[in-house]
Amino acid sequence: MLRYLVRRILTMIPTLLVISALVFVIIQLPPGDYLESHIAELQSQGEAVDEKKIQFLREQYGLDKPMLQQYWYWLIGMVQGDFGYSFEYDLPVSEVVGDRLFLTVIISIATILFTWMIAFPIGIYSATHQYSWGDYGLSTLGFLGLATPNFLLALVMLYLANVYFGTSIGGLMDAEYIDAPWSMDKLLSILEHLWIPVIVIGTSGTAGMIRRLRANLLDELQKQYVTTGRAKGLPPGKLLRKYPLRIALNFFVADIGNLLPTVISGAEIVAVVMSLPTTGPILLAALQSQDMYLAGSFLMFLATLTVVGVLVSDIALALLDPRIRLGGTASK
Amino acid sequence: MRGEHFVSQDTFNPHSIEALTPAQEKYYMASQWKLMWWKLKRHRLAVICGVILALNYVTIAFSEVIAPYNLHTRHTDYIYAPPQSIHLFHEGEFIGPFVYGRDYELDMEILKRNYPENHDEVLPLRFFCLGDKYKFWGLFEGSFHLLCPPENGTFFLLGTDRLGRDMFSRITYGARISLTIGLVGIIISFAFGIVIGGLAGYYGGWVDASVQRMIEVIRSFPELPLWMALSAVLPVNWSPILIFFGITVILAMLDWTGLARAVRSKLLSLREEDYCSAAELMGAKPARIIGRHLLPGFMSHLIASATLSIPAMILGETALSFLGLGLRPPVTSWGVLLNEAQNINVVALYPWLLFPVVPVILVILTFNFFGDGLRDAADPYK
Repeated sequence: MLRYLVRRILTMIPTLLVISALVFVIIQLPPGDYLESHIAELQSQGEAVDEKKIQFLREQYGLDKPMLQQYWYWLIGMVQGDFGYSFEYDLPVSEVVGDRLFLTVIISIATILFTWMIAFPIGIYSATHQYSWGDYGLSTLGFLGLATPNFLLALVMLYLANVYFGTSIGGLMDAEYIDAPWSMDKLLSILEHLWIPVIVIGTSGTAGMIRRLRANLLDELQKQYVTTGRAKGLPPGKLLRKYPLRIALNFFVADIGNLLPTVISGAEIVAVVMSLPTTGPILLAALQSQDMYLAGSFLMFLATLTVVGVLVSDIALALLDPRIRLGGTASK
Repeated sequence: MRGEHFVSQDTFNPHSIEALTPAQEKYYMASQWKLMWWKLKRHRLAVICGVILALNYVTIAFSEVIAPYNLHTRHTDYIYAPPQSIHLFHEGEFIGPFVYGRDYELDMEILKRNYPENHDEVLPLRFFCLGDKYKFWGLFEGSFHLLCPPENGTFFLLGTDRLGRDMFSRITYGARISLTIGLVGIIISFAFGIVIGGLAGYYGGWVDASVQRMIEVIRSFPELPLWMALSAVLPVNWSPILIFFGITVILAMLDWTGLARAVRSKLLSLREEDYCSAAELMGAKPARIIGRHLLPGFMSHLIASATLSIPAMILGETALSFLGLGLRPPVTSWGVLLNEAQNINVVALYPWLLFPVVPVILVILTFNFFGDGLRDAADPYK
């Protein structure tokens, strides 16, 4: 187990390195840098540009250095916990990001839990009652959920809430808590608001998972050991719980690798629509204004979140499944 | 009792067992594509969805004719006008399709424009008529429409937007961009997938390993933020056409991984086949072996899975344009139209701005069903 764990964590490092290089290239791609567009903006407003300050900033952040060196500094800084400086906010990136990243993590985890809670029973029902009316109905609903882009769902939900309840369901907490320090009340307020974005973000993932779980369980239910068990006279519930379900559970945990990127993608755009105080709106603004370190750190965080999430699911899978733990290859 | 011993008088044909009935012969001799077509035909839902999609794609060839108005025609008297419904009967009398005229008043309290129907004014719609001028595919001018607004009247089936432009016409025009972006994108990602997956699967070894790692890295990235970052890179001063291609390439750059994986795994198993070694012994080059001998074996399967990733691309474009990072006006796509619906206060007052949601969901749903059917039909083991 320990060997598996170590190997798994070690393979994560090159992946993260490649991702960081990719991110750096992307944030460097736009012509010019933030300071140039900042100067242009100041000039167009007829304000004086403080050459000295610009020069200082440029040297401070190494913008005059060659690319490779800049990448190196960025990388080293990140390892040491220094994520660079946001020009737009005039603050270190870590201070801008802090809370928002935390909220993104909370939303993502809540969404995955929601997905599991809904998808598991429905998937089992659909597989055990194949071609029944319930199965057809749920499948149709699932297809609809799969086809509805979550930001459009968010728009429609906002509209419906506005029309029928006359309230805005945007935001993630009551107004008085927005700049308040963390407290129990603030947490409760967040929990109260959390369910709407969670449903909106989770719908398509849930629909996808139901379909995959159903297909997987159906494959399993056709295997001979199930027939044998039934012939022995095992009660259907016990038969289901004891064998096929346990195998389907493996897949369930492994599927988090598929789920996580969609959830995080969805969380970003839904956050923009519903004006949630997560990373989405800031990432969008940072990309638009070429605030490169901020945008880069966000992309890096999101990618790391995904990679770590997959790692956690792999470890959980290894705990569940001795075939993986003992170094064999998993049969899918 | 003596048993009767039956002896056939016919001449004995030792091959009669192997002879095929005409039906069998038809089945065994059919090409792969024919088999796929027969199987697809049995899948009724997929066929229906395929027909709907085909109709959609036909309409984008004639957007100018189908839309009652030109894309850019502004009706300054009808800003944010609600949808007009088509009536058939006026006071119990059959008239044919017509709309009622409209009055205008301003709600001073919330500064909302109201357009109550005027039931004295009966305005029959015109069919196959001359209306707004347009340039057909930007090439030659015309003014023929399938359906025109009544004379001295307006016909806004889905209302108008903040500049008084007809939503229905704009959605019809928007389909042109929204539907083609998926097709162009999939062609690019198909090329990427076949070449990269083919190399990995055929050569194996370190080529395969590095391609695998690359795919893993790309897959571990949340798609949308990466799309956002890449499209923020596109220069603002590019022409709309360049932006269009830029966006398609961006969408394709992240999409090819699934196809490349499929190609790779198929090639890995197929390259050990005898006919492959035979070709190799005869001196065929890798490109020929892959293209001529290996690919045709699972092309149908590939196309089916490609169909399934078109909706993701359509969605990607819609999401990006919706956020203002993708296509920008004056180019019109469904995402660009939805961009106007970003502000919930506007949507609450003028809900018809949300209409482009309907075609988006419809197209994605039909693509999913059609792709599913196609994949089942292409699967030789079912």
